[in-house]
Amino acid sequence: MHTQTTQESTKQSLFRSKNSLHLTIGILLITTLLVTLGNLFFPESSAFHVSDYTVSLLGKYLCYALLALAVDLVWGYCGILSLGHGAFFTLGGYAMGMYLMRQIGDRGVYGNPDLPDFMVFLNLTELPWFWAGSDSIVWMVCMVFLGPGLLAFIFGSLAFRSRVSGVYLSIMTQAMTYALMLAFFRNEMGFGGNNGLTDFKEIFGFSLQSPSTKLGLFVATAIALSLAYCVCHFIVKSKMGRVVTAIRDAESRVRFVGYKPEHYKVWIFVVSAMLAGLAGALYVPQVGIINPGEFSPLNSIEIVIWVAVGGRNSLYGAIIGAIVVSYAKTRFTAIMPEAWLFALGGLFVLVTLLLPKGIAGIIPSIKQKFTKAPDSTEVSL
Amino acid sequence: MHRISLLLLLLVISGQSYAIKTEVNEEVHKKTHSKLTSLVNQLPKTKLRDMATLIEQISQTKQPLTRQVLQFMIDGELYYLKANKQLVRAQDAANRLYKLTDLFTGQPLPDVKKSKLSKIRTNNRLRSALRSMIAKIDLTDKNKHVRLQAVKQLLSSPGKESSVIITELIGTEKDQDVQALMATTLSLRQLKSGDHSEKIEALQQLSGSLEPTVKNEVVRLFANLPEKAPSAEQQILKDALSNTLEEIESRASFYSLLETVFFGLSLGSVLLLAAIGLAITFGVMGVINMAHGEMIMLGAYTTYVVQLAFPSMIEYSLLIAVPAAFIVSGSVGVIIERGVIRFLKGRPLETLLATFGISLILQQLVRTIFSPLNRQVISPEWMSGSWQINPIFSLTFNRLYIIIFSIFVFISLLMILKKTSLGLHVRAVSQNRDMARALSIKSDWVDAITFGLGSGIAGVAGVVLSQLTNVGPNLGQAYIIDSFLVVVFGGVGNLWGTLVAAVSLGLTNKFLEPVTGTVLAKIIVLVGLVLFIQKRPKGLFPQKGRSTD
Repeated sequence: MHTQTTQESTKQSLFRSKNSLHLTIGILLITTLLVTLGNLFFPESSAFHVSDYTVSLLGKYLCYALLALAVDLVWGYCGILSLGHGAFFTLGGYAMGMYLMRQIGDRGVYGNPDLPDFMVFLNLTELPWFWAGSDSIVWMVCMVFLGPGLLAFIFGSLAFRSRVSGVYLSIMTQAMTYALMLAFFRNEMGFGGNNGLTDFKEIFGFSLQSPSTKLGLFVATAIALSLAYCVCHFIVKSKMGRVVTAIRDAESRVRFVGYKPEHYKVWIFVVSAMLAGLAGALYVPQVGIINPGEFSPLNSIEIVIWVAVGGRNSLYGAIIGAIVVSYAKTRFTAIMPEAWLFALGGLFVLVTLLLPKGIAGIIPSIKQKFTKAPDSTEVSL
Repeated sequence: MHRISLLLLLLVISGQSYAIKTEVNEEVHKKTHSKLTSLVNQLPKTKLRDMATLIEQISQTKQPLTRQVLQFMIDGELYYLKANKQLVRAQDAANRLYKLTDLFTGQPLPDVKKSKLSKIRTNNRLRSALRSMIAKIDLTDKNKHVRLQAVKQLLSSPGKESSVIITELIGTEKDQDVQALMATTLSLRQLKSGDHSEKIEALQQLSGSLEPTVKNEVVRLFANLPEKAPSAEQQILKDALSNTLEEIESRASFYSLLETVFFGLSLGSVLLLAAIGLAITFGVMGVINMAHGEMIMLGAYTTYVVQLAFPSMIEYSLLIAVPAAFIVSGSVGVIIERGVIRFLKGRPLETLLATFGISLILQQLVRTIFSPLNRQVISPEWMSGSWQINPIFSLTFNRLYIIIFSIFVFISLLMILKKTSLGLHVRAVSQNRDMARALSIKSDWVDAITFGLGSGIAGVAGVVLSQLTNVGPNLGQAYIIDSFLVVVFGGVGNLWGTLVAAVSLGLTNKFLEPVTGTVLAKIIVLVGLVLFIQKRPKGLFPQKGRSTD
């Protein structure tokens, strides 16, 4: 299935070197710095001013980028096409949402210091057991990683052990997120049902409404993305990552050589789910709401298209894809909302047909043209 | 009127002998009609105490109008104009006006104020007399359903006079159903007001009756008995009551089980229809078509368009829509195969993404053309209504037809794959493409046709779904995950597996629903399926042979 990727792995390795790591992190941090400066020190009239709206929009994009990175790790490097990563993202978001919900305290509509509004509304008298401890930061941080990680571990170890792979796995991940969506829509689940968790007031004591908090969240997201990029880069470059890539290209051979592919798969799946959970946790305070709609299979597939557009053979491709497609979505839905689904659908078809390596796939070939690489045996795109 | 015109038609066709008969009929008819008219016209002048004899005479005329007049009297809608004593039916309308229709001709008259009208007065005694007269007219009606309905009416409010009428008529009643219901009514009456031995006898008669009224009465009597220290007679009655109740309840639970099975089969047949197209494209061709749900949606919209195009033929719209939907969805399928899927052969994950893109485009296309709102698809007359097997168990016609139709689709698809040369080619290409090509099968052509067939069946499923759910742009999305799970659960490439999977999922869902609620049942089924596939990744009926890996 991935023979074409093995052919070009030599070429790719040129650009997966430290260069790309430094370049990506550099661009990311410099952009963040510029945005921060633009937001803080330039007056609104100035051309260099970055509005608060743009800052929170960029923060959202970076969350998407982190999520795309997580999907790229399993899809691009391990060949697992997950159509359910939205579930991990949303679970992380719910963990953060629960914490933020508890921070509201008695400032809710019903003014109950212990119970969030929706619980009062549902006539609950005390917190359900799974909300215990949700007002502590440590608990929240643990749950952001543990929730998605645990789900990924259970799902992954079941699926990979029985060697469910390829399309079957994709459909099952989709069924997983669909089932979770149905479950979270129920009021009885104790997560706010249809409306989800919203009306957050503050995070770590900072008001969520103030521009400086928004800027802070944006910077935090940028740092988280940089760190995650480093982690992914490290994983991919490590020996373990090599095995994972080998599993993508020829699982049976890896097994014959003596490795246990399912262990590696579960491991990389769990790491990816945790990254997705982190993305969700950073996303929720920036948009101010988390509801079961985020579980919808459509969202998960949209993540996949970010990665496909950006190019799944490289980690920076996922980031580019997420930002480009999300930006296009923002523009399209503002200018002509009718056309967005046409554009997105067309993008799916065109990218898979004409651009199997995505945007990142073009970069090496452009670079090659400039450097006029002597290696003539390579097949150009 | 209808009958007369029919007779006139026959007269033209078959000549003289009928003519005489008709004339005689007409003669009699006219006579009673004029008698009715004159009797009814006496109503305004008659005093309340003489009314009983007059309506008795009216009820004897047995005209279609007779029942109407009596009914209007009960409902308090029979008035006469003060000016000319013309009898009218008056109904309350807006602005304190009354809407009038002429009693004899049924012609609408201009609205008038209440002061212009005078009511034909009745009292309680008259009303109960009227009610039993109407019951009597209905009970002697030629139509079995009218009679049955009349008995049911009496059953739910059995007065003394109703049991008199029924006792009078039960001997002459020929239809078994009506007779049985009459007997039940009498027994119920006996249970209510008879002495002890009559009650016991009635209970034996009523044992196993499924009429809700009977059950309510038995429960009521049971509750009325003293719980502690009943007399010997009461104890016997109590035992008899509890026996009867037990009998009723065991029969009722049996029928409710049957009902659940029916609902399960109905859901299963919908799942089967939705999934069977996918069983072909995914199962036989190995193509992941995420736009399958949109093929279903296109079929549903085709139904809508057909009904829009032929508004006078709603009754036949489904019959036209089935082939139309097959053609529409099928040709879209062929276009997708030729335009996109062909280039992605052997790359299932890429196919998945590309077809997902197509599904988004199709959804938006429909949204742009037909608006994002749900469209109204009308159910033809013959699809509505239900087959009432007994008072607590009925099969709705639409579900019944859908079960039959899905079986029909399944069998024809099986036949196409097993018996036709197209089917042979499809199977050949799916098993070994190169070998099939070597034997001069045009594999490209077969691919396109197979995909078209699968998509066309999805379109047909859409026609069916348009009868059950809302027709909107998201119709397909609701079924895509279910369809994939059905196919994977049944075992890819196995139509029988798809059938078994669809039916068992439908049944499981419906049996879980009463216990857990709709949403939780769905979640349980989904989780169960995911776990099952972990255990047996190739589904219920895996394909045998080496080619499967």
